[in-house]
Amino acid sequence: MTDIAADPLEPSATTLGPASAAALAVAARSTPAPWRLLLRKPTFLIGAAILLFWIVCAVFGHAIAPYNPLAQELLGTNAAPSGAHWFGTDPLGRDVLSRVIVGARSILIIVPLATILGTVLGTALGLAMGYFGGTFDLISSRFVEAVLALPIVIIAFLFLVAVGPSTINLIVIIGFVFTPLIARTVRAAVLAERHMDYVPASRLLGERSSRVMFGEILPNVMPAILVEFTVRLGYAVFTVATLSFLGFGVQPPTPDWGADIAANYGNLTAGYWWQVLFPALAIASLVIGVILVTDSIEQVLAS
Amino acid sequence: MATFLLKRLGLMVLTLWILSMIVFLAGQILPGDPGRAILGNLASENAVRALDHQLGVDRPLITQYLGWVGGLLHGNLGESYTYQAAVEPFVRAALINSLKLAALAFVIVVPLGIIGGVIAALYNGRTVDRIISVTGLSLSTVPEFVSGIVLIVVFGVTLKVLPVTAAAGADASAGSQFKHLILPAIPLVFILFGYIARMARAGTIESLNSDYTRTAVLKGLPAATVIRRHVLRNSLLPTITVIATQTGYLIGGLVVVETLFNYQGIGNLIFKAAQAKDFPMLEAGILVIGVVYVVATLIADLLLIWLNPRLRTEVGHD
Repeated sequence: MTDIAADPLEPSATTLGPASAAALAVAARSTPAPWRLLLRKPTFLIGAAILLFWIVCAVFGHAIAPYNPLAQELLGTNAAPSGAHWFGTDPLGRDVLSRVIVGARSILIIVPLATILGTVLGTALGLAMGYFGGTFDLISSRFVEAVLALPIVIIAFLFLVAVGPSTINLIVIIGFVFTPLIARTVRAAVLAERHMDYVPASRLLGERSSRVMFGEILPNVMPAILVEFTVRLGYAVFTVATLSFLGFGVQPPTPDWGADIAANYGNLTAGYWWQVLFPALAIASLVIGVILVTDSIEQVLAS
Repeated sequence: MATFLLKRLGLMVLTLWILSMIVFLAGQILPGDPGRAILGNLASENAVRALDHQLGVDRPLITQYLGWVGGLLHGNLGESYTYQAAVEPFVRAALINSLKLAALAFVIVVPLGIIGGVIAALYNGRTVDRIISVTGLSLSTVPEFVSGIVLIVVFGVTLKVLPVTAAAGADASAGSQFKHLILPAIPLVFILFGYIARMARAGTIESLNSDYTRTAVLKGLPAATVIRRHVLRNSLLPTITVIATQTGYLIGGLVVVETLFNYQGIGNLIFKAAQAKDFPMLEAGILVIGVVYVVATLIADLLLIWLNPRLRTEVGHD
C-alpha cells in the first residue's frame, strides 16, 4: 500500500494520467537535452510564435487595439465584420477585435500564476509524501484520491461559489486544485529516486530531512516537474477559460474571452456569430500554442 | 479475490467519506446564511433566523454533518432550498439525461480513440503518429464551449442542418432526441479522443515491443493476425481503465456543454443550484458525480482482472 507505483491494482497507479506517465519517463533521464534542439523543431517555433503574439497583445493590448474595448457605439450594435470593424461589434456596439486583443491580458496573467502556485505546492506535498511514506502518505493519498474523484472544473467551481469570483480567488483556487494532481506525479517520481544509493547515503551523513528532500531529491526529479508544469499550463488555460465562461473569472465590462462568449452566445441563433466565434478561436489558438510548445519540450527531454 | 474486493470496497467507502466532508465544508464557507439567501435583503432578521432554524443551519457543524450523512445513508439526499421539495427526483432526472448524452459520446469516441491510438502506434515516431498525437492533445485541451461554439456556428447557424439546443422536448421521439444530442456530444468526443488514443497508443507500442509479439512474428503469422490476436488483446487493457476514469469527467464535466446547449442534465443542475445557493441540491449533485466515478473505477478494475489472467493470480495471492 505504501508503494502505489508497484501495485498494478491500486487505483492511483492505474489512473495516473498520460501526461504524468510522460513526465515520469522523462524523470528516468539523468541529463536534460540541450535547449538548442528545441529551436530546430517547427512545432515549437509555431507554438512559440502564437504564444508570443498573445503575450504582446496582453502587454501592449490597449496600444494595438484599433478602438477602446469599452467604448460603446449604440448606433452600430451587432454590426457584422466590415472594413471599420474587422471582427464586427457586440450588442453594445463595442469593437470585437479590440476586445479580443485586450482580453488576452486576464487569461495570460491568471494561467501562469495559478500553474506556478499549483506546481510549488504540489512539489512540496509530493516530495513529502514520497519521502516520508507511511501513515502521512497513506492519509494524503486518500485525500488526493478523493479530490481527484471529481472533475477539476467542478471542484474549482464549488469553492469559487463559496468565496466569490475575482482574479485572486481564481488564481488561488486553480493553484489548490492542481496541487493534488502535481503531487501525485512528483510522489511517483520521488518513489523511484528514494531507493537510489545517494538518498540513504546523505541520510547516513546526518543530513536533515528537508535538506535531503530539497537539496538531493528535488534536483533529480526536476525534469519531471518541468514537464508536468508545461502540461498543466495547457490544462490551466482550459480551466481558466471554462470558469470565466461560467461567470467566475474577470467580471464585465473588462474584456475577457470566456466572459464575452458567455455574454453573447445567446445571440448565435440571431446569426451574430462573430461576437463569440472570434473569442472562441482566440482561446483555441492559445491552447494549441501551449500544446505545441509543451509537446516539443517533452519530445526533446525524452529523446 | 474476496480479500481484494473487500479492500477495494473499503477504499471506495473511504474516498466517498472524505469527499462528503470536502463537499460539506465547501458548502459551509459560503458567505451569508441560507435563510438570507432565500428570503432576500428585505426580510427581517427574525424571519431569517426562523427560517435558518427551520432548515437546521443554525445547529453546530458536526450535528449538521452527521444529520446530512445520516440522511444520505437512508437514501435521503436532502430538501432543495429553491423548490422546497426533495432533491432526489431532480437529481435522478438530471442524471438520466446526462447518462444519455454521455452514452452517445462514448459510443462514438471509444472506437475512434482506439483506432486512432493503434494507427499512431503502428506508425510510431512518423508523421502520421505526430499528427494523431498532437491533434488528439490539442482537441482534449480546447474547452468544450469553444469547440461547441465552432460547431454551432458551422452546423447550426451556417449550414442549418442540426438543432442548436439539446432539449428536444419531453414527448419528442427517440430519433428527434438523438438528433438534438449529436452537437452536444461532439465536444465531449473531442476531449476524450486525446486521452483514449494516447493510452491505446502507449499500450500498443509496449505490446509491439514484447517478446510474445516477436515470437508470433518469428513463427510466421501474418501481420494482421499478430496485431489482432497478440498485440491488441494486451494493448487495450490500460485503455479500459482510462475510459472508466473519464466517466467521472463525462458525467460531471458536462456543466459547460449542458449550459451551452441548454440541456437539463446533472451539470446544468449543479450550475443552477450554485447560482441559486441551493446547497442541498449542489451537494447532492456533486456527491452523485463522485459515486458514479468511484463505481466506474471499481468496475474497470474488476474488468481488468477478468480480462487479464496474470492479474487474477496476483490477486489470488494477495
